[in-house]
Amino acid sequence: MSNLADKKPPSLVALSTGFVLLWLVIAAFPFLWTMWGSFKVEADFFSRADWMNAITGPVTERQYGSPFTGAGYEGAWVEQEFWRAVLNTALVTFSVVVISLTLGTLGGYALARSGFKYTFWLLMAALVFRAMPHVTLVSGYLLPFFQLNIWGYLPTTIIVLVAINQPFTLWMLHSFFLSIPKDLDEAAMVDGCTRFQAFRLAIIPVMWPGVVTTGLFSFLLAYNDFTVTSMLLTQENATMIPKINSFLGSTQEEGKVMYAVAAVVSAIVPLFVLILFFQRQIVSGLTAGAVKG
Amino acid sequence: MPHKTFMAFIWPSLLAMVLFIALPIISVGYQSLYIEHEQILIESETCGPFGCDTEVSVDAQAMAQLREEQPAGRFNGVATYTNVSHLAFDEIGEIFATSENFGEIRNRIMNLPFYKALTFTLAYTFIVTPLVILLGFIIAVVVNSIPKFLKGPVIFFSLLPMLVTPLVGSLVLYWMIDSRGIIGAGLQALFGDPSLSLKASPVLTWITLFVYGVWHSAPFAFVVFYAGLQTVPQDTIESAMVDGASRWERVRFVIVPYLMPLATFIALMQLMDNFRVFEPIIGFSAAASATSLSYLIYNDLRASESPLFGSAAATSLLTILGVIILLLPVLRRNWREFNRKT
Repeated sequence: MSNLADKKPPSLVALSTGFVLLWLVIAAFPFLWTMWGSFKVEADFFSRADWMNAITGPVTERQYGSPFTGAGYEGAWVEQEFWRAVLNTALVTFSVVVISLTLGTLGGYALARSGFKYTFWLLMAALVFRAMPHVTLVSGYLLPFFQLNIWGYLPTTIIVLVAINQPFTLWMLHSFFLSIPKDLDEAAMVDGCTRFQAFRLAIIPVMWPGVVTTGLFSFLLAYNDFTVTSMLLTQENATMIPKINSFLGSTQEEGKVMYAVAAVVSAIVPLFVLILFFQRQIVSGLTAGAVKG
Repeated sequence: MPHKTFMAFIWPSLLAMVLFIALPIISVGYQSLYIEHEQILIESETCGPFGCDTEVSVDAQAMAQLREEQPAGRFNGVATYTNVSHLAFDEIGEIFATSENFGEIRNRIMNLPFYKALTFTLAYTFIVTPLVILLGFIIAVVVNSIPKFLKGPVIFFSLLPMLVTPLVGSLVLYWMIDSRGIIGAGLQALFGDPSLSLKASPVLTWITLFVYGVWHSAPFAFVVFYAGLQTVPQDTIESAMVDGASRWERVRFVIVPYLMPLATFIALMQLMDNFRVFEPIIGFSAAASATSLSYLIYNDLRASESPLFGSAAATSLLTILGVIILLLPVLRRNWREFNRKT
């Protein structure tokens, strides 16, 4: 697009540059601000006197001898045992991603290759299930889970998250498998493979881009979940997000709020890294549904 | 693919969905017909030197036994649906009978918890969704026109508000709009009103939540539109230019119609996600002035002594009904398309 006719007038260039900068500030500034502020004390981060205090940190310097302090992190991770929540989150997200991808690839492949009418109904049911507010489902789980005595344990939560994740995984992998030519597995079957062997030998080697993308979104769902984990887990088994919420109950005491700030930043940083490495896949995943639908 | 092979592939995923999505919905329907047991009270008489006192207390043992026998509570039929914290038919009838003008009717209905939550949920859904589409489109068009080496970083930072957990994202903003935080203090200075607080008035709280919603979801619309813009056929743009279309006319008559299907897709996703708005209300501690249907359910399940299963279940079922009504046009369209194809 370097032809002469498309040359922009300078005013338009200035306007669009200004708009992009404004949007960047709106999108990123809150996170950078909070990250910076998480190394201050409460009197600086929430400064009555001057908002500049949150940047320079005079009170922090008076208390700790340097404008930065890890006190919030120490309080959150050590004193409030945030590390336990981090471990739980790691366990939950890893299991959810692995299990839901295993179930999802099998189901998505079947939906993409079967031409019968019930695939339509299954996909529509999945769409309705996808729209269910999670808390309505949780209100259905609680009483049976209490009765069966499986409430509060990590495996229960993992299975529930896998199930909640299935509609989305099925849709995404279904449309991904549609884009893999049918000839590939049919040729394998002509050569004498069973359907499952064809799937294993011909499809699995070429499906990884779609699986990685879907896996990212499964990860995000499990990592970001608050509704299910906060209602189905005991205090000791809590994952990061419910744990952060429980910090908020005790905000009155001086310093406690900084524990929550530090915990929030600890929860954001892995997402930063994730976007850094997988930006392309995330973008293609977001649009995968759109291209088809 | 034969039915048998199909089942062999799909049963694990189907089983998970039936057990943990379909059955819970049935369980919700069942629970909504029951209500908590009445408390069993016992009178105990303690006689001291100054006469006898009778004390009424809850018989914990008998209650525990009763709960064991009938965990769902006692049968209540559809009474939970019509009581004051749900559809409140009696109260509405009374409001219509005794109120003088429309404003009074509206105010009194808005005080009923279910209608208050429903109004906020619908307002959030139908205000945030169009704004998200509009803002996302503008960002996409503008980012598409900037130099290539800037696009990567811009997309990187744009993705943040969307991918960060709603609870965490809303907390980050909540701390900034605190009257001692940077945005809160900035607004006070801007309007010259040191007592201004975004948390104080219901209207400002609603606006804060809407702004949060747009901030959280605009990146999604932006990324989808941006990807769509990459596929706009250059021939059409060029022939529009040959025909003398200005920059604005090219956007209006070529790009917008081309991206329309994407807008429908974003609208569908956003309607589903915004209808279950819940975490921002907790993050912003906004429950006093804004509650959503999901929040009502959460609150019932979190009730201090024992969870109000019946009440939560009734709200859940009404919410599910709302979701289905919301999705009906989409389902009908998909059905027609599917029929055309086969």
